[in-house]
Amino acid sequence: MNYVLRGIGVLATVGTLSLLAFSLPSGGEARGDGGDDLMPRLTHQAWQQECASCHLAYSPALLPRASWQRMMGGLEQHFGENASLDPATQADILRFLEANAADSGRSRMGDKVMQRMDKNATPLRITETRWFVKKHDEVPRATWTRKSVGSAANCAACHRQAEKGVFDEDTVRIPK
Amino acid sequence: MIKHIAWTSLLLLSASAAAADTPASFMARYAQQAGVAVTALSPARGEALYRSEHPGRSGGAQSCASCHTANPKQAGQTRVGKRIEPLAPVANPQRFTDAAKVEKWFRRNCTDVLQRECSAQERGDFIAWLNQIK
Repeated sequence: MNYVLRGIGVLATVGTLSLLAFSLPSGGEARGDGGDDLMPRLTHQAWQQECASCHLAYSPALLPRASWQRMMGGLEQHFGENASLDPATQADILRFLEANAADSGRSRMGDKVMQRMDKNATPLRITETRWFVKKHDEVPRATWTRKSVGSAANCAACHRQAEKGVFDEDTVRIPK
Repeated sequence: MIKHIAWTSLLLLSASAAAADTPASFMARYAQQAGVAVTALSPARGEALYRSEHPGRSGGAQSCASCHTANPKQAGQTRVGKRIEPLAPVANPQRFTDAAKVEKWFRRNCTDVLQRECSAQERGDFIAWLNQIK
């Protein structure tokens, strides 16, 4: 019986350690940073699973580090909805967002966003950054509120390959 | 030694099988927490909770059905247009099989829609209703 217990102990330890290893931030390798219209290609399990259960997993390169810190510190009131997470998942996602934020110097997209950002600005809405506004200045206001679009937070309504991180103009189709 | 390993794996297997959640196991758990028998859970009360309207963020009324639609066998939509898989287990067998997910979404959505947490009784009633939908 002792051996059985010991066996369980060992397996439980190994299991816990491997779980821990998986839950560590991957750091998200910035592979194939495509420049202006391509989001840096990133993978991070909790970021994709949690953020994308309600909306597109917006690229960390679209807001500076201090914005993500504010964002993740206020998930109980996340744009009017409770998006609270358990503390471990929250910390894991924040580390990933910080490491790949617009001001991390890890992507060309981030550099572009920062070029137009006020020095100490910590915006929470990507759609209110100067970079976003400039990029969409030809889209009439009424288009955003169309039923088929909903709001500017719904990237994929027009950017048909947004889920893949592709945002170049050839892939845009504004729905009626 | 092999015998010990076999025993250990058997124990672990049965432990993980017991840990897998089902709608029925959630009903049993919530009934126990509420101090009532599982048979005292009420699908009718669960449905009433689902459809009850509460003052929403932008002045209008909101309910569970606002995002999950009037028919829980159908897919719903989040406020920013993302698909929500159906709530009824008959249409989506993944529902109520993961305790962390179930707790997370009750916590978030009850505080959003009702401006308070849901009681164990309410959670039990809610699942009892969804689980009997054919």
